[in-house]
Amino acid sequence: MRYGETGYNLEIDLATGNIERVETDPKMMETHLGGLGTSVKLHWDRVPADVKPFDDENMLIISSGVLNATPAFSANRTVVTFYSPESDLLAYPMMGGFFSAELKYAGYDKVIFHNKSPKWVYIWINNDKVEIRDASHLVGRGALETQDLIRMELNQPNAQVAAIGVAGENRCFTASIEQGRSSASRLGGGAIFGDKKIKAVAVRGTQDINLYNGEAFMKEMKDMMAYINFRNTNPIPDVMTILSGIGSPQEMVHTDEKWHTENFMWGNARTRRRGFWDEKINEEWPRTQLEGIKRLISCFNCPQHCGALVAYKDTPRYMAKCFGKLTYAMAAYVDSMDFAWRTLQKATEYGVDSFSTPQILAFAVELIEAGILTEKDLKAGPTWPACPTDKEGRFLWLLDRVAHREGIGEILADGVYLAARQIGNGAEAFDHNTIKRHEQLPLKLGTMDPLYYLMYATNEKISITQIEGNWPQGAFPTMEQREAFVKDWPQLPDDSWKQWLLEWEPRGEKAIPYFPTIDMCCHIVDWMEMLHNIDDACCVCAGMSSFCLKPPYHIHNYPRIISAATGLDLDEASLKKIVNRSRNLHRALNNRRGMSRKDEKPPQDHWKRRFPEIEENLMSAYYTFKGWNQDGVPTKERLNELDLGYVAEDLEKRGLLKDGQD
Amino acid sequence: MAKIKKKIKTIKVDADKCNGCRGCEIVCSAFHSTPRYSTINPARSRIQIIRHPLKDVWLPIFAGEYTPAECMGREKYVIDGKEYDECTFCRATCPSRDIFKEPDSGLPLKCDMCEDEPPLEQPKCVEWCLNDVLVYEEREEEVEESVEMEKVETGLVSMIDKYGLDKVAEAIARISQKD
Repeated sequence: MRYGETGYNLEIDLATGNIERVETDPKMMETHLGGLGTSVKLHWDRVPADVKPFDDENMLIISSGVLNATPAFSANRTVVTFYSPESDLLAYPMMGGFFSAELKYAGYDKVIFHNKSPKWVYIWINNDKVEIRDASHLVGRGALETQDLIRMELNQPNAQVAAIGVAGENRCFTASIEQGRSSASRLGGGAIFGDKKIKAVAVRGTQDINLYNGEAFMKEMKDMMAYINFRNTNPIPDVMTILSGIGSPQEMVHTDEKWHTENFMWGNARTRRRGFWDEKINEEWPRTQLEGIKRLISCFNCPQHCGALVAYKDTPRYMAKCFGKLTYAMAAYVDSMDFAWRTLQKATEYGVDSFSTPQILAFAVELIEAGILTEKDLKAGPTWPACPTDKEGRFLWLLDRVAHREGIGEILADGVYLAARQIGNGAEAFDHNTIKRHEQLPLKLGTMDPLYYLMYATNEKISITQIEGNWPQGAFPTMEQREAFVKDWPQLPDDSWKQWLLEWEPRGEKAIPYFPTIDMCCHIVDWMEMLHNIDDACCVCAGMSSFCLKPPYHIHNYPRIISAATGLDLDEASLKKIVNRSRNLHRALNNRRGMSRKDEKPPQDHWKRRFPEIEENLMSAYYTFKGWNQDGVPTKERLNELDLGYVAEDLEKRGLLKDGQD
Repeated sequence: MAKIKKKIKTIKVDADKCNGCRGCEIVCSAFHSTPRYSTINPARSRIQIIRHPLKDVWLPIFAGEYTPAECMGREKYVIDGKEYDECTFCRATCPSRDIFKEPDSGLPLKCDMCEDEPPLEQPKCVEWCLNDVLVYEEREEEVEESVEMEKVETGLVSMIDKYGLDKVAEAIARISQKD
């Protein structure tokens, strides 16, 4: 009997229509746990390093993790892996919602897609019965609309459906896979769905998931429940509201957006608008936000309210979460929450990432204003009007063109980095906020922060929100505040680290960029990343673990929880080893695709005050700490420690590891 | 007939607070698995969240009595502008729909308020709902003594409905002979 996992994957060859239910090797859980960990292993084993994102061989995996479908609170992520058309690296966007649990109740840990379908299809997984069904009637339909149409067509109100919209159909590089209130958004999973002509995947399951030691597991959850209740009633003081609680950012709950609107950049990550949140806005935006929110909602088995059902005026209903609430209005310089709600609805049905897409549109606006995009790029096309001149109309026109890959949208749909190079004529200079070809959070700050430098530069997710979390974002001004914060902080891997926080000052010698010291930074960043990696293998929401301060899940209770679910005999060291194995395999896989130190750079203007020598030393020290050579490639010694000798051999053959680099 | 004191157990449902997480379904199925907490399967849960997210419908419904036949007609409610599907509020395990049936055997499920020895303070779904959607209340009422249909009897009736009296009787006779 298998515990925690189902022990079966679904392998679907879209070219031939062959569907197989394949029993997995139980050893895989021991070595790579599940979720992202086992998916990375499958990509390494099966997909040649030179496969291009739109090649037939670019396998796409939709995966659950070892804790989905169990009573583990907030274990509801679904991780989608594929070679990204935007970064050309192995991407792993994740969505919350209900899909992964349903997939496991249907009897599968992963759905693995091979090759491409000759015509539009959707997949219907109903326990043991799996069908590839015609989706020609769904082409052109919205991502959310499609989900309900499929449920109605199948007469299966409880089916969970992940679908793409028009943007995915047109292989936009920032196309998302939408599912209820959630989406796997970053790096173009929707484009790979579209390339394979998968309009949607629907799943319904009514089978059991087994727990190895249910009593012990439920005891852990009971303790966690008490802690969740405590944290929900005791927000952390002296930090900004959005960081005070647990869960993903409670953007649907909080209406005071002074911090976001005045500290994040508007436009193409360009302007910080101090004083924006004035009295008028403070009345208008919260009122409009609340007017749109019909109900606060959660993902599977999570007590939080990170999402909302949005029913705003005459706009068709949709569901929203997180920062998408603000990204379109801020990118468009439109001081209207009304515009934000309306645009987000359109973008959700198109199925685009609400972080990167608004930045592409804002980038295009800057090119228009700079005269790089001209009238010929903005004229009417066979089926669309000319670009309006007002801010709102222009932004929505650009969104339409990108989602349909029409006119200038054909180029913009490749993302800022690639579009800038195709457009040329100086457009490259407007690409100032990407790392590894991916649009970053629109944030520009003062002094280089060494913790954030490492996180921005080195994480395989290429997105800061997927590595930061457990360490406070800034030093507390007073010793009293610091002492209060460290007093109750059992999540830390080592109590001695509390001293680091106590000594950390907002200014002076014990402040950034000098403190935390390079050595401390290595430990802190490695710890935060490791937690994200555990979450991603278990498919636990980072909002209840690695992404927030003092979370319910941490390195001290995770081994007990996973052991009780799966029967693995884990302690902290063995759990760390497993996720380090997967993390290094992921890095090696990306190294094999050409990624190295040259790519690991935060945007040049991310901080006003840079410290090149410290930055170089920081990177070198972190690479050494991680067991990587100075090109950012895991050393043979490190790989052997992690039982990845076969990876070292491969990297040696390719000349990525050379003699003497251990 | 003699009067006796009967404990009335009520779960008050404040559906407007439901965030749709389905934690109640999970813990219900875990609690009722054998050995306890060994398996999870919301399809076996005695509480189901009727969900239509875009219609703003998140409605916890508890499994009630088994019925061998459908009602003569069906009801459909519209409340506060929200139209609920046919029979949404009905708790019965009924041939007209799939909910509240064991997914393997089709046998009926019924909420037992998590009766246990020693008794729990409250049913598991209530304990697990962190949004106060479900609130447990107890009170005593004086009622006339009557014989309530036992669980075994309920199961037998549904087996008879499914396979016919003769087959069930034959099976029981056969099992008796083996003993």
